[in-house]
Amino acid sequence: MNTVAAVPANAAASAMSPGRVLGAYLAEARSECLRYLRAPSFVLPMTLFSTVFYLMFGVLLNHPGSDASHYLLASYTAFGVMGPGLFGFGASLAIEREGGLLTLKRSLPMPPGAYLIGKMAMAMVVAALVVVLLLALGLTVGGVSLSPPRVLAMLAIGVLGVLPFCALGMFVGTLIKGQGAPGLLNLVYLPMAFLSGLWLPLGMLPRVLQQIAPVWPSYHLNQLTQSAVGLRSGPLLPHVLALLAFAVVFLLLAARRLRRYG
Amino acid sequence: MNDTAVARLVAAVKRYGSLTALDAVDLAVRPGELLAVLGPNGAGKSSSIGLLLGLIRPDAGRAELFGLDPQRIEARRRIGVMLQSANLPATLRVGELLRLTMSYYPNPRGFDETTALAGVADLLLRPYGKLSGGQQRRVQFALALCGRPELLFLDEPTVGMDIDARQKLWAAMRRLVDEGCAVVLTTHYLEEAEALAQRVVVLGQGRVLSEGSVDELRKRVALTRIRCLCDLDADAVAAWAEVASATRQGGRLQIATARAETVVRRLLDADPALAELEVQRAGLAEAFTELTRDPAATQEAA
Repeated sequence: MNTVAAVPANAAASAMSPGRVLGAYLAEARSECLRYLRAPSFVLPMTLFSTVFYLMFGVLLNHPGSDASHYLLASYTAFGVMGPGLFGFGASLAIEREGGLLTLKRSLPMPPGAYLIGKMAMAMVVAALVVVLLLALGLTVGGVSLSPPRVLAMLAIGVLGVLPFCALGMFVGTLIKGQGAPGLLNLVYLPMAFLSGLWLPLGMLPRVLQQIAPVWPSYHLNQLTQSAVGLRSGPLLPHVLALLAFAVVFLLLAARRLRRYG
Repeated sequence: MNDTAVARLVAAVKRYGSLTALDAVDLAVRPGELLAVLGPNGAGKSSSIGLLLGLIRPDAGRAELFGLDPQRIEARRRIGVMLQSANLPATLRVGELLRLTMSYYPNPRGFDETTALAGVADLLLRPYGKLSGGQQRRVQFALALCGRPELLFLDEPTVGMDIDARQKLWAAMRRLVDEGCAVVLTTHYLEEAEALAQRVVVLGQGRVLSEGSVDELRKRVALTRIRCLCDLDADAVAAWAEVASATRQGGRLQIATARAETVVRRLLDADPALAELEVQRAGLAEAFTELTRDPAATQEAA
């Protein structure tokens, strides 16, 4: 058969210290955050969408100091946190698949998953920014008062709650390449927000829609933010588990598609 | 053949639906050599590179990088890559892109050494998206060599570069080869392969048509180039049995043939006014044309 002997795998040439590997993950996450925070056309729609809606419906059209103020802050926070996950992850993945960047990254010795972890970090930073903006509006002009622990809970829910939407965005980003992705993502984003009671309280929707609401991850995220502002009591664990399951399922689906089709 | 290979394809087959992009291709890259992979569009160059980089998987046969599956990160830590098209993040500065790529490698080249070698020292603070096409190619080259690779994949590296930038890139490639780095170069510019390559593989329709040194390839196709000033019709000359091709360029007739003496005799007979006759051994370009010519057409001519 073939007599060309391969150069033996040279362990010394390809061994990398754990410190350097960690450094590569950090460098990837840092680059991903920097590149998108420097792109206003990317960050502004994600942050302004929810804040402008909140300013209109939660502040200008609402009587400050009521339960409604708290309700609206919580539901617009859930709405705002979905954006960086769906668009920050999904749209950028779709565009980078088309532009060849993902192909280059796959051929470079980037540590496994660094690309996706980098994008997750970026989405978490933008989600934190969205929550801070909404809290600032709510606490200054929105007539909302929250104790420091509740403020921290909102931040934590925002930063971690973005992850299932990252997974969903990633899945959509593997279905479609390039500039078509934002359109498809909006078709997921806006109806899902509506059907989860983020714009109108669920009680005002038809009974069927109320019953299927738990299918949507945004419904569960809203339950968590409503608890954080003190409007809802009851166990949180089922909602946390639902979000976790959602994240795992879509992450696996997307990873499978990425491996198969790149 | 009994030597070592840093990368190789063994009877590699790749199909896309009913199209066979690679049909049992054997390819070996030896340490420290510059191997040029040539072929017309659709010949299987990109599929070969894709298999060696682990971007696609063979349907039969196998691909190896340093004796490992190309998808193993241990193998990829020893390569550098410059692809034909990659939209790098437009808002990142050149220096940031370079440091990020260096972070993937266990023992990268020094930052200053890399920037000097690739000629990007003056671009470090510029956002990538603001660079010209040629400057972006230089940055991509810097990213390819920054990891101190033992094997460098350069896919059409000089497309979009001006002559000066191309010469500089050639000089840098020669320096890397002197350091012992093997290079796999795909290119449309035959003069590039002629100037740089120690070995040339010609692909056509998913098969290896020829493999050897530039000289061997030239010899294999014993074509000679004849140029002269004369009034003969190029199409009529092209129809002569001994003539591989004939074209008119400016006022000159340009002929490629395997039997120069016969053709010159016929030319002189046909046009006594013929002047400024030049006869020259064929370059890689003629050899390449001959090799990749459609086999059906060749049979018709014969």
